[in-house]
Amino acid sequence: MTAIIQARKLTKRYESADLLAVDELSFDVHQGECLAVVGESGSGKSTAARMIAGLEAPTSGEVLVEGEARPPVPWPRARRRRLARQIQMVYQDPITSLDPLQTVQDTLGEILAFHDAEADRTARVNELLDRVGLGERYRARRPSDLSGGERQRVAIARALAVNPKILILDEAVSALDVSVQAQVLNLLADLRAELGLTYLFISHDLGVVRQVADRCLVMLGGRAVETADTEDLLSKPEHPYTKRLLEAVPGPGWRPARRQAAVA
Amino acid sequence: MTSLLEIRDLAIDIKTATGWRPLVHSLSLSLNRSGALGLVGESGSGKSVSTRAVMRLAPEHSRVNGTVVYDGEDVNTMNRGRLREYRSRQVAMIHQDPRSHINPLRTVGDFLTEGVRHLPRGERRELAVSALADVGIPDGRRRMDQYPHQLSGGLLQRVMIAAAVMTGPKLLLADEPTTALDVTTQSEVMAVLGEAREQHELALLFITHDLELAAAVTDRLAVMYAGTIMEEGPTAAVSRAPQHPYTIGLLASQPNVRGARRERLTPIPGRPTAAHESGPGCPFAGRCLFAEDHCRTERPAPRLLGESLVRCHRAEDPEIRQAAARIQEES
Repeated sequence: MTAIIQARKLTKRYESADLLAVDELSFDVHQGECLAVVGESGSGKSTAARMIAGLEAPTSGEVLVEGEARPPVPWPRARRRRLARQIQMVYQDPITSLDPLQTVQDTLGEILAFHDAEADRTARVNELLDRVGLGERYRARRPSDLSGGERQRVAIARALAVNPKILILDEAVSALDVSVQAQVLNLLADLRAELGLTYLFISHDLGVVRQVADRCLVMLGGRAVETADTEDLLSKPEHPYTKRLLEAVPGPGWRPARRQAAVA
Repeated sequence: MTSLLEIRDLAIDIKTATGWRPLVHSLSLSLNRSGALGLVGESGSGKSVSTRAVMRLAPEHSRVNGTVVYDGEDVNTMNRGRLREYRSRQVAMIHQDPRSHINPLRTVGDFLTEGVRHLPRGERRELAVSALADVGIPDGRRRMDQYPHQLSGGLLQRVMIAAAVMTGPKLLLADEPTTALDVTTQSEVMAVLGEAREQHELALLFITHDLELAAAVTDRLAVMYAGTIMEEGPTAAVSRAPQHPYTIGLLASQPNVRGARRERLTPIPGRPTAAHESGPGCPFAGRCLFAEDHCRTERPAPRLLGESLVRCHRAEDPEIRQAAARIQEES
């Protein structure tokens, strides 16, 4: 298996807050797989994702995508389109990442125009809406006319508009109601299979991760504490923190446990 | 056991430009002394607004019908003084976001002692420090002088629990108290809540979207959809042998962490609808995989099936029973 993403000793230090958010994080994501990065708030998982995407410059370390170092934004004009086509991101809350004044047609059309001025935009917008299970009748809608699940489908369509190889999904289903979350998880599984995409899936939810990810990387305090195939990680967790995370998930027979006195 | 809280035929409507719009439809529930009842539903199902009605807190421009009886007394006919006493001494409430329910400019100590101002100063402080120790905050004396922004979300939620039990209530309303917390913190806060309930013999009305979490901490469960209770019964029955297609759908949508991995989730089609979008039939009919014609035209009444009240015309159908059995096998 070839690594499509290689993170090498990625480190992010925020001097102003005296915070080491990500500490020499190294991992590979293979072509076509879904790697989940799991952790609680403050573990550094989103910062790591943003460095992979190029939205944030690492303090040290580097990211290689398809064997080539990926520069942080602002990208040189000449390489902008190609870099955007490598990786696209989908965020937790589409209401903050979609322009409230733009229709779905505008949102998708804008990106299509930027990347390929020649394309038949109407046809492409329809095709994208079809892919994410929405259809043509959604073209004139604005984010406020859409439900949470529909908005997230539009955000996914927007990410797919440039035919990326990699999607970074940062808590992309966390804000959805469970019945809708299941629909979007199935959609993401279908898209990966149909389009041969590679996913970097950031999540705090082990159940969701089990549903989508081939492998799992557990983060704590900016470091990777355990990496394993998802089923192995869930059935035989090795790191004490992974065990704690698993034990804390409610399910049949589960009882909440108080570990010790509060510290933070 | 006599019930501490009885809600009978609660209906809440809200006034809009086009007329009255229902939020909650004919809701009846009862909660025993020291019992724990989980109210589970997706966003917009009406669980929070119903819970606030227990405190006689209605949304603006709304009308509330039905009765809420607390310890034999009708909450809706309490006079002003009695209502204040009821809200401050009998019932306590904790919320999803503690930060928006605490004054950021006052110390933790100020907040904790607010409800016991009738006591001498020194006694108040001692009481607060011991309440903090009870919720697992050993260095209470230091915490008393801190401000909310100096505390993490999990710690602040413990402070809320301490404050809630200090006035000696009999009923605790908890509205998604751990939804904003990390899973390990959630486990600890729920454990603290459990201990507080035991120590103070508190009854708990627990509102959540997380059926598994509710199942772990309650003895009865009510599942709400579009302002209506679809299924209500003993927790073990509702969560392990669900009978309503909506409860079954919720469980089938949920990825398993333990047990067999679901190859593919079976989502409920469509999106959660609100009470005012329901037609004359079953509110869930539009999304139900088992709906037939009469489900769309005739509103089902709750029926006692086994130990649960189930609001479904077709609940005994073998098809629906099979779907429920599949979930049980997987978990």
